[in-house]
Amino acid sequence: MNGSGDAAYVALTVAGLAIVTVITRSFFLLPEREVPIPDWLRRGLKVAPLAALTAVIVPEIVMTQGRLIDSWQDARLPAALAASVWYAWRPGVLGPLLAGLAVFLPLRLLWGW
Amino acid sequence: MLAMAPGIGAWGMVTGVAMVKGGLSVPLAVLMSFAVYAGSAQLAALPLLAAGAPMWVIWAAAFCVNLRFVIYSAQWRPYFGHLPLRQRMAFGYLAADLNLIAFQRAYPSGPQGPRREPGQIPYYLGGVAVLWSVWQGPSMLGIALANLVPTAWGLGFAGTLAMVGLTYGLLSDRSTWVAAVVAGTAAVAAFSLPLKLNIIVAIASAVAAGLLMDQADKASRRLRGNTR
Repeated sequence: MNGSGDAAYVALTVAGLAIVTVITRSFFLLPEREVPIPDWLRRGLKVAPLAALTAVIVPEIVMTQGRLIDSWQDARLPAALAASVWYAWRPGVLGPLLAGLAVFLPLRLLWGW
Repeated sequence: MLAMAPGIGAWGMVTGVAMVKGGLSVPLAVLMSFAVYAGSAQLAALPLLAAGAPMWVIWAAAFCVNLRFVIYSAQWRPYFGHLPLRQRMAFGYLAADLNLIAFQRAYPSGPQGPRREPGQIPYYLGGVAVLWSVWQGPSMLGIALANLVPTAWGLGFAGTLAMVGLTYGLLSDRSTWVAAVVAGTAAVAAFSLPLKLNIIVAIASAVAAGLLMDQADKASRRLRGNTR
């Protein structure tokens, strides 16, 4: 993502993402008359955001350049574990993030994992 | 809402750092922060952008991550439904999770359901102004600071770690756990598909698995004789 053509491509993608925000946040405000929420949407809602997040983060944690990582000496694994343990102890977003970073950064910077 | 400011601010700053360390240039990160204004969708889009996924895959993933807002938009309807379309869109666009929570606390719906009252729209706009500043300020700070941190630190991973807690927060029952395991496994197994289609495959299989689980639960309850 360095060239200027790439920058234009990314800018366009970002503009599209902004439209996604507008559409999702004002979805049922858009029609002139009130529309009831269909049942399939309620059920899809329970799973689709979770599925999208999981699909993005799991490969980020366990894969390198298209392959499963083959070494335990990778800072991402203990960091994700620390974040999970923290979440089990105190659910939230910030706590697990900081716990994960507290494990990730020393391993990465001092041991070069 | 101000009580939540430190949490929101920290979250905004991590998103700022993650955008730059995820490979965006500073101007593009600033654009993304101001224009997209949706933390989890921004974070989810970053690895896909870095991998060169096609736009529609990134948009579809962001749409799924943002689905909760579709439901929230219906809850704003009683208060904003009478406004002109442009204003409805603008009000919807600016309404983040916490705005709805604060609003519903300030104006609890009575026995006749939600109703319009004078002062609601100024209250809403004030909440938007607070939340927007508390998010965008630290996000800009994060973008600025990210340039000082060497890439070798791997801080882009902070974005992934930030999504870990978000994801756990969505796990509520058996069908959501099954869906998450299916999504994670499918995303890894289908990784070699071109165009980051593994994300789409993973979402589709997880939604199918989740719906199947729900159906199976319903059927087993029916067989045990207690309908609902």
